[in-house]
Amino acid sequence: MESAIKTHQLTVSYGVNTALWNVSAYIPAHQVSAIIGPNGAGKSTLLKAILGMVPTVSGDIEVIAADGKPAANRAAAASSIGYVPQRSTVDWDFPITVLDLVLMGTYQRLRWFQRPGKIQREEALHALEEVQMQDFARRQIGQLSGGQQQRVFLARAFVQNASIYLLDEPFAGVDAKTEAMIVEILHRLRDAGKTVSLVHHDLTTVRRYFDHVILLNKQLVSCGPTESAYTPEYVQKAYGVEGMQLDGSDRNGSDGNGSDRDPGNV
Amino acid sequence: MFELLQDYTVQVVVFGSAVTGGTSGALGCFAYLRRQSLIGDVISHSSLLGIVGFFWLGFLIAGDGIKSLWLLIPGAIVAGLAAMLLTQWITSSTKIKPDAGLGVMLAIFFGSGLTMLRIIQRLSTPIPGHAGLEDYLFGMAAAMTRSDLWMIGLLTVVSFLCVLGSWTRLKILTFDAEYAAGLGLSTRLWEFLMLGLLVIGIVIGLQIVGVVLMVAMLIAPASAARQWTNSLGSMMALAAVIGSACAGAGALISSAKSGMPTGPVIVILLTLVVVISVLLSPGRGVLMRRRSLVH
Repeated sequence: MESAIKTHQLTVSYGVNTALWNVSAYIPAHQVSAIIGPNGAGKSTLLKAILGMVPTVSGDIEVIAADGKPAANRAAAASSIGYVPQRSTVDWDFPITVLDLVLMGTYQRLRWFQRPGKIQREEALHALEEVQMQDFARRQIGQLSGGQQQRVFLARAFVQNASIYLLDEPFAGVDAKTEAMIVEILHRLRDAGKTVSLVHHDLTTVRRYFDHVILLNKQLVSCGPTESAYTPEYVQKAYGVEGMQLDGSDRNGSDGNGSDRDPGNV
Repeated sequence: MFELLQDYTVQVVVFGSAVTGGTSGALGCFAYLRRQSLIGDVISHSSLLGIVGFFWLGFLIAGDGIKSLWLLIPGAIVAGLAAMLLTQWITSSTKIKPDAGLGVMLAIFFGSGLTMLRIIQRLSTPIPGHAGLEDYLFGMAAAMTRSDLWMIGLLTVVSFLCVLGSWTRLKILTFDAEYAAGLGLSTRLWEFLMLGLLVIGIVIGLQIVGVVLMVAMLIAPASAARQWTNSLGSMMALAAVIGSACAGAGALISSAKSGMPTGPVIVILLTLVVVISVLLSPGRGVLMRRRSLVH
């Protein structure tokens, strides 16, 4: 299996709290994969560690750049990853337009004193079309609904033109229609040869959405193709609860057990 | 008052104050959007210790009391940065929460500054020029000299170039520091640059507004400007205009009444602008919102 990102015995801690312990996992290239686990399992922390946003205690992280070779340094790794943070982490009353927000994704190609120009604006508008938000380009970001905010965040990641996309709970607080749309976009990215991985909460949709699953609870529970890594035994091991619904037959069934939609979860 | 404007000294003072107010107002937008008003207040209060301390050091070295901004502003920068770094150290190495750490640091630095000010004022052999030092509490624009003007100009140009050169990066960092880190920006370096801009926005105005009220000149123009625009660029431009106009007018009014501290006058003018903006701005104004609810 060709992998886009590999971690080797990765350990991350916040002060005295261990967030990730000895995690050796991989994110497969050209697939859509999910990072799943209960609250506080270290899902977001895994993304942040890959992005170099939290210091690691021990272990290695390898990011394969677009040219197929391991990224030599953090900057190279960062430029091959398009990151979509949790929507709740920013101030949506910030005085910028939708287009301005998307243009942030072009920054890596800008020199000092250079402002985004015509080319960048066209790229940004094109990315907005991809998520069907082109009509909102001039709007202030505070006027968007939750689902629209998420789509704009996606567009910002697109203009980076990365080979790997990492998303932190893109479905938190969005309606079913937007969720379906985002899933379609993610699958389209995969079909275009990109690698997509997201922190996911809703256990009922895992089998429908994902090719590959990383099941976490501070330690790695399983990592592999959905059929083999996402089994009732592994899920029970990760969540510590018996009799969980794993297919889409009962949408509300799992919400009461282990999954949740708390956006502040690390 | 118009006769006053013919006076060369008054011209220097009004011009210098207007430039200062513009720079503080523009840089204050970052502090406002990053919710760092309290941090700004701590830096400005703490800088008193640096101002008095460097005045005293200047006397020890040169044998004379020097009140030039070229000496006192570096002092303010050193004390302001020291207070911030100490706060960061305390909050990261103890269980003290950031707001408590900031409060404690403000009290320690401002208290020490006041104490040192009193000691210097009551020396048996007084340092020449010590009398004007207490003007740094509430500001005295009239004390501005031509050489001070150059210092203000230097800080303005430096901060302007920094903002222009890294506009997109600063925007990303202000909006979403996590995303900026994910893009590979060195957060440490950029946080320090941001802190530097904040410190410049504060120390530049200490002479005319004073350490006690300086945070108002930093934050008020941004709060007013935010009501009228939804773009960061025009918000900064408008904040610069508001800060500039209020500081210039305040300096002129206080020059007309000799001995009147400039800081309170400027702050009253700024408050008026903020109140008007909060009440009347289209879209965000309180009154406008009421009306749109009725309809």
